[in-house]
Amino acid sequence: MHGAGENIAAAVDAETLVFRYDDGDPIIDIESLRIAAGERVFIEGPSGSGKSTLLGLIGGILVPTSGTLNVLETNLGALSATERDRLRAERIGFVFQMFNLLPYLSLVDNVLLPCRFSPVRTARAGGSAAELQQNAVRLLEQLGLSSHLHERKVTELSIGQQQRVAAARALIGEPSLLIADEPTSALDTKTRQRFIDLVIGECERVGTSVLFVSHDPTLATAFDRRIVLSELNRATAQSDE
Amino acid sequence: MNRLALTLSLATRSLANRRLTAVLTVLSIAVSVALVVGVEQVRTEAKRGFTNTISGADLIVGARSGQLNLLLYSVFRIGDPTTNVSYANYERIAARDDVAWTIPISLGDSHRGFRVMGTTDAYFEHYRFADNQALTFTSGVPFKWVTDAVIGADVAAALGYATGDPIVVSHGLGATSFQQHTELPFRVAGVLRRTGTPVDRTVHVTLAGIEAIHNGWARTPAARQPVEASIAEQNALQPTSITAFIVGMDSRIAIFGLQRAINEFNGEPLLAIIPGVALQQLWSLVGVAETALFAVSAFVVIGGLIGLLTTLLTSLAERRREMAVLRAVGAGRGLVFALLIVEAWLLAFVAGLIGVGVIHAALWFARPIILDQFGLYLAGGGPGAFDAIVVVVVAVAAAILAAFPAWRAYRYSLADGLTVRT
Repeated sequence: MHGAGENIAAAVDAETLVFRYDDGDPIIDIESLRIAAGERVFIEGPSGSGKSTLLGLIGGILVPTSGTLNVLETNLGALSATERDRLRAERIGFVFQMFNLLPYLSLVDNVLLPCRFSPVRTARAGGSAAELQQNAVRLLEQLGLSSHLHERKVTELSIGQQQRVAAARALIGEPSLLIADEPTSALDTKTRQRFIDLVIGECERVGTSVLFVSHDPTLATAFDRRIVLSELNRATAQSDE
Repeated sequence: MNRLALTLSLATRSLANRRLTAVLTVLSIAVSVALVVGVEQVRTEAKRGFTNTISGADLIVGARSGQLNLLLYSVFRIGDPTTNVSYANYERIAARDDVAWTIPISLGDSHRGFRVMGTTDAYFEHYRFADNQALTFTSGVPFKWVTDAVIGADVAAALGYATGDPIVVSHGLGATSFQQHTELPFRVAGVLRRTGTPVDRTVHVTLAGIEAIHNGWARTPAARQPVEASIAEQNALQPTSITAFIVGMDSRIAIFGLQRAINEFNGEPLLAIIPGVALQQLWSLVGVAETALFAVSAFVVIGGLIGLLTTLLTSLAERRREMAVLRAVGAGRGLVFALLIVEAWLLAFVAGLIGVGVIHAALWFARPIILDQFGLYLAGGGPGAFDAIVVVVVAVAAAILAAFPAWRAYRYSLADGLTVRT
């Protein structure tokens, strides 16, 4: 079983990675991208730099047109769609800019959603219903959502609170890789830094690699390394998308 | 947790979150299902009631006209006979060895809008309806005297008659005839139990009584004494002709022989029909309207399903994020597809159950009213195979239709990836 803190060399390893829709121009054209296991990387990318596409590729939703892409030591190109879905469910956590939560599920059920798609993740999050519940509550509290909020409806939470629930969901069951796509852009400056600190603290504890995408370079200080996507991606360097 | 349970649980919770549109969609499909089931129920019961009008009779004989014409006036009291059958020929046929019994019928008079039918005691003895049920009395007795009348349940209810009340028969069929047979008032001797057939709307009098008011006997001194009908029929009040008669035979095999004999009878142009065959023929005429009604209700169901399709398609736009979230946490595209199929199926299935339940409850409550107003008894033993088929067909059709929005959601989730730009 792949635990988060296991000994893997790279979280992401891409070589001559190209992606284009059908016969269109390449949207992603990356010579080499390597993110070590446990490394926390800040990717700076304005909109149009191909970041959504890159995250779609790493998340296994999109398939590379050419080149190799290894995520968590697994060659995505060699996997079927179902296998890619499984990898995502078992070992990757996502946080988006906003609207991360399903309004019809409770806070805790939202957090436990990835476990419902993956027995492996369920097992890592405790296995039994009671332990899952406990783990979800612990994560929410660790991310600063005190228990009196847990009974609230998702729609009654502030955006900052919703983002913390989303982070808890991404981190339940100790994923090997956390992908955060502009998770703080809807937050104000004060809560922004606090959110990043909380998420990184939790990832550090478990050993989760972090891929944090933002257009705001001032946030990069909390990360091990900063990558500017528009420099990395030759597709956007050429065409002014 | 297995995939189906997960899909089902997500679909129900997502639907609950959009409960207003979900409820409205369910409602529109439920109404259409209720309509189909209701139409079918009434149709079946109407047909049953129709074919139950007469039972156990082997032949109906009248003057030569059309098969349906004879059936209509002799059994349904609709329309008029063209000519009569001579009483002598009636007696000749009734006396045949293979004939078990006959019921003479003499029509042409009315009482306050209800048809008056002259007949004999044989009517109460041999007439059968539905599943070979005999006529029974709620009060009173069959004919004894010439002036005895036995009324159907509707007549008694509509006119408030009880045994002992007098009845004045009008000549002809209008509700307000100028020619009243006031010289010989009849007296209600009995009231029949409800049958759900035209019998309920008939005033039955003796054959001798009909004769008495038409041949002037009523004005003779003899009429002032009570005269037994069965005796009078053989004497002073023997009719010269009757409208039609019903024949029961000892052996079913002999029916066709007698039918041919009557139809080829030289003395008088007669027509013998087999009631079951004529009823089927008549129903096939009515059946056109029935098919049209069914087609209309089927179209209402199609309308309901298109409404469902519209709801699903419009909901897609606002649900792209929901789909993207599910994809991000590990859902395959198959689940996104299945979610919409299951949702449509669930809505239609629940709607079907509600529709069937509501219409059966409604018909159950409306049963006495329908019986009273339309003379149609809805036996309706609750939901049956037809209802199950309707529910299954509607649910399956909804699931198939949902393939279109499901496919779009599938495409969206491919194009959107993990981030929805809208």
